[in-house]
Amino acid sequence: MTYGAMIYDALITPFLEFEFMRRALAAAVALALGGAPIGVFLMLRRMSLVGDAMAHAILPGAAIGFLLSGLNLFAMTTGGLIAGFAVAILAGVVSRSTGLKEDASLATFYLVSLALGVTIVSMKGTNIDLLHVLFGNILAMDDATLLVIASNATITLIVLAVIYRPLVIESVDPVFLRTVSRAGAPSHLAFLALVVVNLVNGFQALGTLLAVGLMILPAGIARFWSRDITAMICIAVASAVVSGYAGLVLSFQTKVPSGPAIILVAAVLYVGSVLFGSVGGLFRQMFPGRHLEA
Amino acid sequence: MTAPLQFKDVTLGYDRHPAVHHLSGEIAPGALLAVVGPNGAGKSTLFRGIVGILKPLAGAIMTGGLDSRDIAYLPQSVDVDRSFPISVYDFVGTGLWRSTGFFGGMGNGASDRIARALAAVGLNGFENRAIGTLSGGQMQRMLFARVLLQDARLIVLDEPFNAIDARTSVDLIALVRRWHAEKRTVLAALHDMDVVRANFPQTLLLARGPVAWGSTSEVLTAENLLEARQMCEAFDESAGACAVDDLPSRAA
Repeated sequence: MTYGAMIYDALITPFLEFEFMRRALAAAVALALGGAPIGVFLMLRRMSLVGDAMAHAILPGAAIGFLLSGLNLFAMTTGGLIAGFAVAILAGVVSRSTGLKEDASLATFYLVSLALGVTIVSMKGTNIDLLHVLFGNILAMDDATLLVIASNATITLIVLAVIYRPLVIESVDPVFLRTVSRAGAPSHLAFLALVVVNLVNGFQALGTLLAVGLMILPAGIARFWSRDITAMICIAVASAVVSGYAGLVLSFQTKVPSGPAIILVAAVLYVGSVLFGSVGGLFRQMFPGRHLEA
Repeated sequence: MTAPLQFKDVTLGYDRHPAVHHLSGEIAPGALLAVVGPNGAGKSTLFRGIVGILKPLAGAIMTGGLDSRDIAYLPQSVDVDRSFPISVYDFVGTGLWRSTGFFGGMGNGASDRIARALAAVGLNGFENRAIGTLSGGQMQRMLFARVLLQDARLIVLDEPFNAIDARTSVDLIALVRRWHAEKRTVLAALHDMDVVRANFPQTLLLARGPVAWGSTSEVLTAENLLEARQMCEAFDESAGACAVDDLPSRAA
């Protein structure tokens, strides 16, 4: 077997031979398209950990769905969406009407949700169920699930396009937006809703704990390669797609679980970016070149 | 703007504690008014009330039919996230919100206007710079360019020349005078009395309540300034509810 054929065999054949790999790849691409731009905004609005908190907040809803109808992705998704929206909106409303910082108010809500979620799962579930909830399974996509993921990604991109301008202005100069428009609060709430939608999306493929990874890690990567928000979003999406693909190949060839494999690939890209990124990378800082004339 | 900006016995403050206490009066359309007073006198609070981001505790502020898009506001400590990846061009372009709104495109006319605004504040050639790379003075010039694009009837500037060097101040004051010549109403909180005397025909001397309000030369007297300086800055934590119904007021 030639060298080229070996590479072909390793990188392409799994997707040609197995339908579940093709579905997984499609799911990964859809997740990247929706999640990575959201991740960039989370990072720029200093809300990276809010995404993490929201991921936990989804758990009780998904757990109730599980309690009612077993490992049914639709039930769990619906439950997760309801719980996530409830926490996002309640936290947003509490912080905007009382002046409590959003992160503090969110922390309260998500801790309660997490406690509730674990209680509900342990009332009925087995350890295997718990593993599935915590880490997802991107290799077990059926048509319906894939369709849900693709629709959610589409909705995300459309809504993001609509709220893009107020969202950017609110991130860079919130007082200015407040003086020219009342769009600030609604677009912020719409953005939180998008965070929830994408977490639930990632939840099916990567599980509660890693869903936020495909949003935040690509954003972190992009931050080291560009100073422009449009370019950042493109880089984030591209690195999420690459992570998804390479993670699936890695998982197929080595039996590393698929979700962690995807996140680990993204982590490798992230470390590379921290070291060699053209904007603030460590290597660039250590060897900046001679200073300029003006 | 045809109707004046009116204050009807307005009290503004935080947590029921008044920062501006029982202010009444009106500002004529096209006025160029300096608001002067010690720290804690309520200048910023008054401005926040005028632009509508702080609701009065009592009384009312009538903007004379202006909606929020007709008011340009430059706060004292601008809350700009300077690490945000946005260029000077795009940042200044947000001043066109009035015409582009949520979703409208920025046509060729818009890019001309942005270029002219940047030229007016002396920032030609800065279009593609990230806002995080600007110096303090350049930042203030950029914020003035955005106010310029907002094309507002009422312009509210909260201590716009703080920590700004002489040359930049002169350039920016020229812009303020231009806005006055264009019959816009301009309010500015200031600490430099020489700047006020040289450029602002009218002055409101504020120390919680109005100490004096009228033409600058009559307001900025030694006695008035001394009276303003004696204002007590601290809130009285155990203050009772205010029972005053009306205080004498002045109109400019």
